Amino acid sequence: MTLAKHPKTLLVIVAEAAIEKKLVRDVRQLGAQGWTLTEVSGAGRGGVREGAWEADRTIELKVICDETVADAIAEHVLAAYAPHYSVAMYFSTVAVLRPERF
Amino acid sequence: MMIDVVVLFFVLGVFARLVKSDLRLPEALYETLSIYLLLAIGLKGGIELSKQPLAALAPQVAACMALGFAIPFVLYPLGRVLRLGAADAAALAAHYGSVSVVTFAVASAALARQGIAHESHAALWVAVMEAPGLVAGILLARWGARRGDTGVGVSGQWSTLAHDVLFGKSVLLLLGGLVIGAVAGEAGTAPIQAVFIDPFKGVLALFLLELGLVAGGRLAELRRFGAAVLVIGLGAPPLLALAGGAVGVALGLSTGGVALLATLAASASYIAAPTAMRIAVPQANAALSITAALGITFPFNIVVGIPLYITLAQRWTAA
Repeated sequence: MTLAKHPKTLLVIVAEAAIEKKLVRDVRQLGAQGWTLTEVSGAGRGGVREGAWEADRTIELKVICDETVADAIAEHVLAAYAPHYSVAMYFSTVAVLRPERF
Repeated sequence: MMIDVVVLFFVLGVFARLVKSDLRLPEALYETLSIYLLLAIGLKGGIELSKQPLAALAPQVAACMALGFAIPFVLYPLGRVLRLGAADAAALAAHYGSVSVVTFAVASAALARQGIAHESHAALWVAVMEAPGLVAGILLARWGARRGDTGVGVSGQWSTLAHDVLFGKSVLLLLGGLVIGAVAGEAGTAPIQAVFIDPFKGVLALFLLELGLVAGGRLAELRRFGAAVLVIGLGAPPLLALAGGAVGVALGLSTGGVALLATLAASASYIAAPTAMRIAVPQANAALSITAALGITFPFNIVVGIPLYITLAQRWTAA
């Protein structure tokens, strides 16, 4: 027997911890029902971000939601934060068991 | 021994970083130590605060805030002359307007070691000097943006900033410690002195080891930013110390008090300011400010500056 699975969009936002609160607020306002946040470190075009001091911390925000919601979030993040903050985003399709929760 | 023992821990941290050692303090420990230091400094000041009339402190508080607010207005034009962009100059100026708690702690330790008395409620000055410089820096950034120098507006609302500064961990813990110390007094705090007062210097040494690691990493980045950062990082502290010392003398502070106020004026924030500036002036280069504040000014102050400011204070307050 296989479980019934439902497709959803996973949006991963990697960004400076400085905008953590704003991102979480925006993500909820734009229709996501939940999110997962972890602290990460790495490097990109903006240089190494090793989290050695407070404003240098980096977060990874995962949101599973409908594709339209993910698009709206991504569009907003690009316009509002990408010009001055380090931001990376990517999408993937994931399967969930209880679609009403996302 | 000329150099305070805690400074040697800082040097060890810088050395470890320069030789690419794998030494790294866990993030959680760093956070714990910074919380401890802020609370302990506040508590110590608060216990002394309980012994004196509050009204007498009003002129000191007002003068400290005015000093912190004025500093960025001096440094901003200097940064612009040195060809920094408006946003970078404003953010950098804000770092110097605000203060470094650890520099203050090292200066207090140096005074204690040399047996020079100072106003023991000085932690109150630290608490009130944190925010005004940040506000001034943001005003300067907005002003620069309006003149079209940066090409982009400055984001963020004052209410968010006020919340983040007033209830951010530095001010919250310092003021919280002050209040607890003042309310509980010498007798009330006796049971917790074994944790918060006695081991203070050992904790400070550990924290300085960590700061040495971070500062060492910044030193390697120095080349990226050119002469402006070096000139401000080394030139601003002695200049600002003169201003701080003068305010201290005008307030009629003790020798130690004048030295502490000079140190506070000369110090640059690397905890509250980078975070606040990243939110309020996002187009400014955060690495530039932190390199100047933590990579250059902080080591300069704790190794060369503080002994200098103490000598200055001794000359200025000699009857």
